[in-house]
Amino acid sequence: MADAAGGRPRFDYQGVVAVAPVTIPYVRYSIRTAHWFLARALGQLLQVSGLGKSAIDGLCVSSFTLAPDTAIGLTQHLGVSPRWLDHIPLGGACGVVALRRAARAVQSGDADIVACLAGDTNHVDSFRLTLSNFSSFARDAVYPYGAGGPNASFAFLTANYMREYGVERADFGKLCVAQRENALRFEHALFRKPLTLDEYLDARPIADPLRLFDCVMPCAGADAFLVMSAERARSLGLPAVRILSTIERHNGFADDPIQARGGWAIDRDDLYDQAGVGPRDIDSLQVYDDYPVISLMQIEDLGFCEKGAGARFVRENSFTWNGTFPLNTSGGQLSAGQAGASGGYLGVVEAMRQLTGVAGDRQVKAARTGMVSGFGMINYDRGLASAAAILAAA
Amino acid sequence: MTRELVRPRRKNPVLRTRLPTLPPGGRSRVALGLTAAAALGRFELQRCRDCQAVQYPPVEACSRCLSVRLRWESQSGEGLLLARTELAHSNDLFFRERLPWQLGMVRLDCGPTVVVHLHGDCAEAPTRVRVDARLDRSGQAVLFAFPATETPNMADDPQLREFTCDPRFRKVLVTDGRTPLGQAIAESLVKAGADLVWVGQAEPWKQFPGLDALRAMPQVSIVPLDLTDSASVRELAAEIGGRVDIVVNNAEVHRTHGISDRQGIETARLEMDVNYFGLLRLAQSFGPALRARAADGPLGAVAWVNLLSIYALSNFPPHGTFSASKAAALSLSQCLRAEMRPAGVRVVNLFPGPIDDEWNQTVLPPKVSPAVLARALTAALKSGVEDVFPGDVAQEWLERWRDNPKALERELAG
Repeated sequence: MADAAGGRPRFDYQGVVAVAPVTIPYVRYSIRTAHWFLARALGQLLQVSGLGKSAIDGLCVSSFTLAPDTAIGLTQHLGVSPRWLDHIPLGGACGVVALRRAARAVQSGDADIVACLAGDTNHVDSFRLTLSNFSSFARDAVYPYGAGGPNASFAFLTANYMREYGVERADFGKLCVAQRENALRFEHALFRKPLTLDEYLDARPIADPLRLFDCVMPCAGADAFLVMSAERARSLGLPAVRILSTIERHNGFADDPIQARGGWAIDRDDLYDQAGVGPRDIDSLQVYDDYPVISLMQIEDLGFCEKGAGARFVRENSFTWNGTFPLNTSGGQLSAGQAGASGGYLGVVEAMRQLTGVAGDRQVKAARTGMVSGFGMINYDRGLASAAAILAAA
Repeated sequence: MTRELVRPRRKNPVLRTRLPTLPPGGRSRVALGLTAAAALGRFELQRCRDCQAVQYPPVEACSRCLSVRLRWESQSGEGLLLARTELAHSNDLFFRERLPWQLGMVRLDCGPTVVVHLHGDCAEAPTRVRVDARLDRSGQAVLFAFPATETPNMADDPQLREFTCDPRFRKVLVTDGRTPLGQAIAESLVKAGADLVWVGQAEPWKQFPGLDALRAMPQVSIVPLDLTDSASVRELAAEIGGRVDIVVNNAEVHRTHGISDRQGIETARLEMDVNYFGLLRLAQSFGPALRARAADGPLGAVAWVNLLSIYALSNFPPHGTFSASKAAALSLSQCLRAEMRPAGVRVVNLFPGPIDDEWNQTVLPPKVSPAVLARALTAALKSGVEDVFPGDVAQEWLERWRDNPKALERELAG
């Protein structure tokens, strides 16, 4: 047991593992509903694990386009009868949060096998509808201002970050170009053409200083995994990852005038202490990357370099699967696409693949310890949710 | 720096007229407090009465101490521009048609961080700015940041003009030129740069004082218009309705009577015929044309102004029937506002206290002079407010009415 920030010891995640990372291939637009994608994800989980539907006694769902349904309605759609159910509307943090909640459910015996699903559809007008109804603060105080959606919000954060910390567009560009290279080796990525730094720099302006390749492309798709006991995974013959530690924080640093850091900076000592490892032990990092400024913020706030030293860190490292600092090794959302809430799962399933050695020709060598970080919900002027987990090969 | 507005070239009449679109108008009920203040030209945010924290976005409970005792209070709007962006892409039709669009994020000195529409003359961040509330074309309040100090041609910022109803280069109909007020309005609009001011004359065969001075202004054109005659209103609308950008309905009949000091209803009926039915006739004839031209280039139709009265809010018994007719007109103006909103045409209501004219001879000063009232009208169009209470008396009545309408009713009864 490690000491939490509050001084009280935290239980570890001993005996619980995550298995069976699955991805329902992303498509730019779909005429299907979120239910369709989530059903396919569950089906795929059963197929990969060899389990019957009745074995699933825990269900955890994240989706932006499931309305008017929530997880409870989905149980009837999917014909499952779980004794533990959760709906996690946390956007980019939902993957890590689902993992840590499901782990506790299994550990405590409230559920034996939890299926964690995230998925969304994307109709031609889904994104606009999601934006205009995203939150009451957004409806009252953001959407009437140009209706640029998150682009405008992240343009402010990016402009401020560049000015405060001396980050250049080329620094962000280096991350985007490396992620594209990674995506070329991920069969489900939507962007299959190499990206050059010049193409990044000269792309169509969206919201100054953001240009086209700074912005994720909304799409449809789903990701999922199972959480169960280590013995169960062994008996099923499923490659597994252990959970060394997790953190979660919402509305951290609420008094900062503009967001230049996230909740990770509050909780990262707790994260490393509980895992018993440090930043140097992490051999691949999956961060939430709806815009590259957020990747940089996570690299700093999770302690991989000092605050404000992100630009230098970028210039001194390489970020492809075989680079000095493997980052978003499946391309991240910027190159794989953002399938709604699936964006919060993309890093989790990729970390699981890296740590179980099934990442194919983008496999990080001797991957033993990985980190996943999530960020989500631009409720008004900043992202509210932050979360991270350190995972290890079982 | 903003370039001075130049007179746009005359539009080719064969070209399609762009249909009006609106910025997103959805708001929570609590957020309408911002709109209520902006309609009066005020910038108010909620302040907690227990811990004094200023709140934004609008909330139901104080985000610091959870008190629900929140009150809308005026704010200076001084703040620091933290970051700015130029939108080159939008998911909304209104903004897509107006790209690129400048936005900013401002830390107000009073506490909150706000997202704002940004005046083009604001310097690069970080820089001091002044935030104010404005009504947008959907009729809802938004925040707009201006440079901390005046810049040349500030009002001509193309983005700001999307929020205002500036009469500059526009064509205006003033429904009654016979009164000193009508003449002052025409003069004030000409001074504000209006291209053409049609001034109505109910009885074209009659001379009236001031007619020659009106005619002497080259921008002014005297037209026959009798608001009690549906055919007269229709005829004028057929002639000029497709060109009017702003309607100023200042025609009124004002006789000083309560109920029991005059027998019969003829005078009251005449008041209603002009003050209420006149507005109805005018709105039916000119409203559709204004709506259709609301997005017609940089100088489309923008506003409809009604001369009401502070007596519309609460009856002033010595002027009882007049008060009633203005209350009816106020109610109808709200209907007109709702019907003009889909086009983004603003309905501006003027609520003057007693005007310094012959019908208020026995009312004690202060009284609002026609020139002051006319200037208030022009200023309202330039700043884009919806409800104007010009003069000290109107301001005092407004405060009394907002504070306790029942108390005002008793006070006015003498």
